[in-house]
Amino acid sequence: MSDAHTPDPTGHELVPAGPIPDPGLPEHQWRPTDVDPAKEKRAERQVASLLGLSAVCVILFLVSYFTLDIGDNWHVVAGFGASTMALGASLGFALLLIGVAIIHWARKLMGDHEISELRHPARSTDADREGTLEALSLGLEESGIGRRPLIRNSLLGALGILGLAPVVLLRDLGPLPGDKLYHTIWGKGTKSKPMRIVRDGIWTPILASDLENGDLVNCQPDALHNPERYGIDPTEVEGVNLQIHKSKASLVLLRMDPGDIKPGKDANGNSRENWDVNGIVAYSKICTHVGCPISLNERTTHHLLCPCHQSTFDLANSGKVVFGPAGRPLPQLPIAIDDEGYLVAQSDFDEPVGPSFWERDYYDRW
Amino acid sequence: MTAGDMSKVATTNGTTPATDAKGAKAAGAIANWADERLGLGTAMKKNLRKVFPDHWSFMLGEIALWSFVVLLLTGVFLTLWFDPSMSEVQYNGAYDPLRGKHVSSAFASTMDISFDVRGGLLMRQMHHWAAMIFIASMMIHMMRVYFTGAFRKPRELNWVIGCLLLLLGTIEGFTGYSLPDDLLSGTGVRAADGFMKASPVVGSYMSFFLFGGEFPGESIIPRFYVMHILLIPGILLALVAAHMLLLVYHKHTQWAGPGRTEENVVGYPMLPVYAAKAGGFFFIVFGVITLMGGLFSLNPVWKFGPYDPSKVTAGSQPDWYMGWPDGLLRIIPAWETHIFGITLSWNVMLPILVMPPLMLMILMALPFIEAWITGDKREHHLLQRPRNAPTRTAIMVALMTFYGLSWAAGGNDIIAIKMHLSINEITYFMRGAVFIGPVIAFIIARRWCISLQRHDEGKLLHGIESGVLVRSPEGAYAEKHVPLPVSEAYTLSARDDDPTPETVEEIEASGLAGRKVRLRKLRAKLQALFFADNIQKPTAEELHDAQHHAEHELHELESQIAAGPNRHGPTEH
Repeated sequence: MSDAHTPDPTGHELVPAGPIPDPGLPEHQWRPTDVDPAKEKRAERQVASLLGLSAVCVILFLVSYFTLDIGDNWHVVAGFGASTMALGASLGFALLLIGVAIIHWARKLMGDHEISELRHPARSTDADREGTLEALSLGLEESGIGRRPLIRNSLLGALGILGLAPVVLLRDLGPLPGDKLYHTIWGKGTKSKPMRIVRDGIWTPILASDLENGDLVNCQPDALHNPERYGIDPTEVEGVNLQIHKSKASLVLLRMDPGDIKPGKDANGNSRENWDVNGIVAYSKICTHVGCPISLNERTTHHLLCPCHQSTFDLANSGKVVFGPAGRPLPQLPIAIDDEGYLVAQSDFDEPVGPSFWERDYYDRW
Repeated sequence: MTAGDMSKVATTNGTTPATDAKGAKAAGAIANWADERLGLGTAMKKNLRKVFPDHWSFMLGEIALWSFVVLLLTGVFLTLWFDPSMSEVQYNGAYDPLRGKHVSSAFASTMDISFDVRGGLLMRQMHHWAAMIFIASMMIHMMRVYFTGAFRKPRELNWVIGCLLLLLGTIEGFTGYSLPDDLLSGTGVRAADGFMKASPVVGSYMSFFLFGGEFPGESIIPRFYVMHILLIPGILLALVAAHMLLLVYHKHTQWAGPGRTEENVVGYPMLPVYAAKAGGFFFIVFGVITLMGGLFSLNPVWKFGPYDPSKVTAGSQPDWYMGWPDGLLRIIPAWETHIFGITLSWNVMLPILVMPPLMLMILMALPFIEAWITGDKREHHLLQRPRNAPTRTAIMVALMTFYGLSWAAGGNDIIAIKMHLSINEITYFMRGAVFIGPVIAFIIARRWCISLQRHDEGKLLHGIESGVLVRSPEGAYAEKHVPLPVSEAYTLSARDDDPTPETVEEIEASGLAGRKVRLRKLRAKLQALFFADNIQKPTAEELHDAQHHAEHELHELESQIAAGPNRHGPTEH
C-alpha cells in the first residue's frame, strides 16, 4: 500500500488499479432522435422555434426601447421602471432562448459519442529538459554573466536604484498628514466670536432651552454655513473642503439630567465638570472605531450606538465604550453659552476625532 | 479513438457539408490564406476535437467565466456615461426627490444612467448582479475543486491562480460598488479609511496618499475608477487566460468510472458538442443575469442619496462577499493598546488587516500542505469523492463554517431585528461560535465521511437491499441483497488506497539526524491523523469471499422460499 506513494522520479506514476477489473466504456446508446426520423424532425423544429421566439423577444426589446418612457415615472411597475423591466425581460428571454436552443440542439441532434483521448504527463520529456538546460547554459556562458561579476553586480545595482524612481513618483499622491488629524474647524472660534453649534441641515443656532431631557440633536459648526463670521475664506468650506470638515466636526448634542453626568478628566487631568451646559453634552459624531457617524440614541440610558459595527458609548460617562469593538471613548467637546444665549464650543476637541491611527496618543479619562 | 459509428447520427450532422460547393471553395480559399500566415492548421488540429468530460459540477467555473464576460460588456456600457469625478454639481435629472441637490459628478452621472439613459438602470443592475454571481460562482467552483481533490498535482498552480482571481474579484467588487459615491458606499469607503489608518506606523500616511489628503478628498473616486476599469480587470483577464490555458494543457479532470482512468480523458469533443454546450451556456448565464437586472432591484442609490460624512443609514452592510471580515470587525472585543504614545488598534488590524490575508494564504497553501502530509508526488486526474478524503473534506467544512459564522456576524443587527434577539447576546455568542463552530463542524464532517465510506464498503461487499423480504419456515425475516452492477461496483472501488505512515522505528533506522528526523516524525504523525479511521477499499480476495458468501446466502434464502409454506418472494422460481 505505502509503495504507491514512493515518489517517482518521473513524477507521473499513476494510481494503481482497484480490485475489480475495468469493464471499459459502456456501449453507446442511440437516442430516440437518432433512430426515429419523426423525433429528429421534431427536435429540429423545436430548436428553430426557440430561435424564432428569441427573435420575437428582440423585436419586443426594440419596441420597449422606443415606446416606454423613462425618467420620473420610475415607479410604474412594482416600484420600478416599466422600461427597465420590459427591456430586461425581453433581452433576458432573447438571450436565454438562444442558449436553450443551442443546448437542445447539442443534446438531441449532435453526435453524442463519448470519445477518449490519452493524457500526457505535464512534465517535459527528459530530452527536452536536457536540451533546454543545454541551451540555457550555453546562453549564459556566451553572455559571460558568470565570469563578469562586475557587470552582473552593477546591473543588479542599477536596476535596484531604478526601482526608486517609480516609488518617488508616487510621493505626490497626497500631502503628509502633518497635524491635520489633530484639529477640526471647532478650533477656529475666538474669545469674542466662539464657534456656535448649529443644527445640521438647517444651520440654526441652538438655545439651551430648545432641548428637553433625552433630546439628541445632530449638529455642525456654524463656520460651515457662515464662514465670514469667523474670518474664514468661504472656499474653505465649499465642495470637498465641506466634506472634509464634516467628516471631523460632526457633533451630537444630548440633554440629560445634570445629576446623571459623571464628569471625567481632560487631557491635562482636570475635571470635565464645566464641559456641559445644564446637562447638555456635546460629543463627536464620528465613531472612534472606523469612522462611521453614530446616531442611534438609547434615550433612557444615554447610550449612543454606531449602526455600522454596534460600538456603544455612554455619553453620561465621558463617552466610555460600553459595548462593541471601538477601543476609545468618544471625544467630548466642551461647550458653553455665548452672550446671546446660544450654545458654543469652548475650544476644539482636546484629542483627534475619528478612527485610531498609529501616532495618536491616548489619555485616561477616569 | 475516432468519433466511432456515425451512421445513425441525425443527418443534420452528417458528412454532407451544409454549404454548397461555391461557398466551400471560398471558405477554403480564406482558410488557406489564413493558414499560410498564421499556421492555424497545426494548432487547431489538436484542439478542435479536444475532449471535455461532462459533469454538472464542471459548470460552476463556467458560470464564473461567463459572468466575467457579462461584466466586461455591461461595464463598457456604463463607462460611456459615468463621470468619475467628485466635483460638486447640482443634480438636475429626472428623479424628483433629489433634484436641485448638490452632489458629486459621480453620483449625478450614476443617477443619469439610472433615470435618463434608456436601459441604463438595466445595465447597472446587470453589472452589479453579474459581480455578485461572479464571486459566488468562483467560491463554489473553488469548493468543488477542493472537495474533489482536483487541486492535486499537476494543478496546484491553477489553484493558486484561482485564489488570486477570488482576491482580485473581491477588490474589483469593492472598488466598483464604491464608485457611485452614494451614502451607503461612502460609509464603506469611510470604514476603509479607518482600516488604513489602523495600519501600524504608516497608517495615516497611507490614508493621506490614497485619498489625496484628508478623507474624503476628491481623488478617491477617480483613483478607484482607474483601478476598477483598467488595472484590476487587466490583471483579472491575464489570470483568467492563464487559468484557461493551464486547464487546456492539463486536460480536465474526470470522475472515475468504467473506461475512465488516470491515463485518459473521456467525454465530448470540443467541436461540436462541448462548444455548443459551453456557448449555449454563455447565453443562458447572460440571459439569467439580464432577467435579474431587469426584474430584481439592486443597490438603489437614489434611496440612499449622495455621500455625506455626517450621515449614515441603519443596517449599513457591504456587498455580501465583504461581509465576513465585517462580521469579525463587529464581534471582536475592544482591543486597543496605548503604549509609548502610540496606538495599536487590534480591533481593526486583526479582523481586517490580518484575517483576510491569512485566510487567503491558508487557501493557497492547502494543496501544498496536503501533498506534504500525504507525501503524494503522483499526478491525479481522477476526482475523489469528498467522503474518500475525510480529513480534507472536514478541513474545508471547518473553513466554511468559520466563514459562514463570520458572515452571519456581519448581519448581527439584521438578525437582531428580524429574530427579536439581543444584539449583545448575538455578538457574545458569535465570539465563541467562530472558534467552537469550526471544530464541531470538522468532527461531524469527518465522521460523516467515514460512515459514508462504510456504507460504500457495505454495498461493495454485501450488495444492495433489494426490498424483497423473505420469511423462513421458522418465521424469521430476512431481506434479499443483490450484488451491485459491475459498472457501479467498479466505480466505487476505483480509488486510491491511503498510505501507511512510517513508524518511528523506520524513521530512526533511516540514518538521518536532527531536523530531518523531526520533520519526518511530524509528517508521519500528521499522516496518521490525516488518514485515521478511513475505510480502505476491499481487496480482490475480500470481494470474492463476500460475493461467495452472499451467493450462498441468496441460495439459502431462495431454497427456503421454495420449501416454505407461504411465498412472499419474487415469482421467477
